[in-house]
Amino acid sequence: MTLLNEDQLMLQESAAAFLSEKAPISEFRAMRDAGLATGFSKDLWAQFAQMGWAGILVPEEYGGSGFDLTGAGLLAREMGRNLTASPFIATAVMATTALKNLGSDEQKSANLPAIATGSQLFAIAVDESRKHAPAKTALNARRSGNGFLLNGTKCFVSEGASADQIIVAARTSGEPGDTDGITLFLVPSGTDGVTCSATPTIDARGFATLDFTDVTVTADAVLGEVDGGYDGLEIVLDAGRACMAAELTGSATAAFDMTLSYLAERKQFGVPVSSFQALQHRAAHLHTEIEMAEACALKALAAFDALAPDTWRHVAVAKAKCAQVAQLAVQEGVQMHGGMGMTDAFDIGLYMKRARVAGELFGDSAWHANRLADALGY
Amino acid sequence: MSDLETFRVQTREWLAKNCPQDMRDGANSEEASCWGGRNWEFTSEGQRFWLERMGARGWTVPTWPKEYGGGGLSKEEAQVLAEEMAAIGARKPHDNFGITMLGPALLKFGSHEQKLEHLPKIARGEIRWCQGYSEPGAGSDLASLRTRADDHGDHYIVNGQKIWTSYADKADWIFCLVRTDFDAPKHKGISFVLFDMANEGVSTKPIKLISGASAFCETFFDNVRVEKANLVHEENKGWDVAKYLLTHEREMIGSLFGAMTGGRSLGEIAAHELGTDTAGRVDDPILRGKLVQNELDALAFGALLESVSAKAQAGESLGAISSVLKYYGTELNKRRHELLMDMGGSAELEVTPASGDGQRARDWLRTKANSIEGGTSEVQLQIIAKQILQMPGA
Ligand SMILES: Cc1cc2nc3c(=O)[nH]c(=O)nc-3n(C[C@H](O)[C@H](O)[C@H](O)COP(=O)(O)OP(=O)(O)OC[C@H]3O[C@@H](n4cnc5c(N)ncnc54)[C@H](O)[C@@H]3O)c2cc1C
Repeated sequence: MTLLNEDQLMLQESAAAFLSEKAPISEFRAMRDAGLATGFSKDLWAQFAQMGWAGILVPEEYGGSGFDLTGAGLLAREMGRNLTASPFIATAVMATTALKNLGSDEQKSANLPAIATGSQLFAIAVDESRKHAPAKTALNARRSGNGFLLNGTKCFVSEGASADQIIVAARTSGEPGDTDGITLFLVPSGTDGVTCSATPTIDARGFATLDFTDVTVTADAVLGEVDGGYDGLEIVLDAGRACMAAELTGSATAAFDMTLSYLAERKQFGVPVSSFQALQHRAAHLHTEIEMAEACALKALAAFDALAPDTWRHVAVAKAKCAQVAQLAVQEGVQMHGGMGMTDAFDIGLYMKRARVAGELFGDSAWHANRLADALGY
Repeated sequence: MSDLETFRVQTREWLAKNCPQDMRDGANSEEASCWGGRNWEFTSEGQRFWLERMGARGWTVPTWPKEYGGGGLSKEEAQVLAEEMAAIGARKPHDNFGITMLGPALLKFGSHEQKLEHLPKIARGEIRWCQGYSEPGAGSDLASLRTRADDHGDHYIVNGQKIWTSYADKADWIFCLVRTDFDAPKHKGISFVLFDMANEGVSTKPIKLISGASAFCETFFDNVRVEKANLVHEENKGWDVAKYLLTHEREMIGSLFGAMTGGRSLGEIAAHELGTDTAGRVDDPILRGKLVQNELDALAFGALLESVSAKAQAGESLGAISSVLKYYGTELNKRRHELLMDMGGSAELEVTPASGDGQRARDWLRTKANSIEGGTSEVQLQIIAKQILQMPGA
């Protein structure tokens, strides 16, 4: 385990300062109350681009900041702390990783600079049913002339409604459940036959269901290899999962801090409720869990950056553990706020809803635990 | 080649030459350990040789200064040594409360003479130490201890009783908390002294544990003479030493259970013992779910241990994080052993040669002490609440 380097520490500091000022939870609340359909502020995203964060993973030769995934994870953690809504994970993390790892030179130069300037947004469309299951991809891509014809539906797509381009996992051969036979396509969202219906979610972010009906794309739209897209997709997903884990630790920490302050303020029986041992021990246990979650999120990010062969395993541990811990933090948070915890006016509930969604995205804790057990041979 | 790489190559060569074959089985249980001391009976020639060679280099205590019998290694070098030892499955050459508890406290609080007298003997495994903290009336509330040391000019006379003193019947010396001021507030009248268990007036009575082993004792002091030269730090300031030592003890106990993720996973053991279904999964889906949760927690805990040790290497002081490690590591280990019993079924409940006379059950019972010894889980949670979370009245 290595400690953060100077650049990373500086990034973390500037992210903490910027987000708590420009994108604090009150901003998110205002956006939610206004019912903004995108689920994030475009102005804020333009500022992200100016700070070099939209292109955080984009290599410098394409106009980006050239950070590694640990840098992106640190930002995600601060965003989790402030409940900052942005297309960061879909565009800056996952799409950038997909293009960097799988894109042709043309695809890179056409898209990476546009990500860095903030002018293009991407969505990653993988799941087709209520639980995460990339191998079960059924959306059909049939060869047709020089290109492909896409038919099928994707659900729970982050930033699906605002994306300019969609990276979609499709089946070019084999059966749903096979890892072989999956191909990734880069499809402009305005293409004929693509319809998008925004899906309101409990966390008030910008999810959508995307329907593909006889969508014609050329062979140039293929990202990576035909039929051999699964491994590349897993790397893209792992990048997203590791950052999502980091986001969850940020939310867990913020929810916990908020709870601790409330316990110190709130008096019953003539004393602050924080003096009750029944609560102290639960708080101490939660602190321990949060320390572990942070350590395993950082470890997953570092493994990804080191191209460690067992990166997936560290990511699975991080995504599973961080989701569990964040959910514990918000559950304890609501309970320890008493009636106040149930009111919409109090922020703790916003954390609870986001932790649920972030926990579910790209595999919940059971999914990742199962992956771990399968791989360890039991 | 960097200095560290050179060191690695030399260390590997030296270990290849000096680590006996029978010390390369990776065994790290309390029973497999060499505890050293005046009366130690080596279990094999290999064990004797291994202690002697490592002790002579100071590699039993790699980071202690050379002048006190240590290896004088930097933390990075010590890490390399640990890695190279792990690579060949080398046992620890020597386990001793002197290494994990007293040593760090003496290095911080001891006088030069005390360090010169005691540390090299610990390094070479010549003196086995025990810990005289708990008393019948002073457990979690350790500072309420009543064993008294009366001032007789150049020496004290100690009277009282300790309890749960691990290996007191086998130890040569004791580090002991005694009361030297009877009027001061409880934390301010305690002193930290060292004495020989062979001194007149010291007696021990072993207590049998639920696991059947008899690892700890009642320890009685009846007019025991202790020279003032053996007072560590100042009189009535023993609580500082005691607390510092506990931080090390807790970190040590917590860290023990990070290593558990090495070797075969719980799931692999279960697949072997219970068989698998057609999909190759443990033939008990509910147990499988519990096993993988334990695995997840163990891996997450391992990540925390790594991060704490990286921070320690960078010079951050540990403090109350040792309570985090102690609390979680011991609770995790207890859950792990519950699961081992679950999967073992009736086979591990029998006390027969096939079960190694109930080895797994004995290990399981032993783990129950993990969250009691060195301060209970509740006490660790209390420390976290008070010192880290700053909660009042804790
Ligand atoms: C195997 C083993 C080896 C040991 N070796 C040694 C040794 O070598 N030297 C030595 O000095 N001691 C040793 N001990 C003693 C050990 O440190 C004590 O047992 C421990 O500190 C608890 O004290 P107690 O047994 O008096 O329990 P008590 O303090 O009586 O605790 C009883 C219960 O009350 C709870 N409790 C107590 N105070 C609080 C509080 N403030 N808030 C909430 N709950 C509380 C405890 O957590 C526990 O569950 C050993 C113990 C074991 C089991």
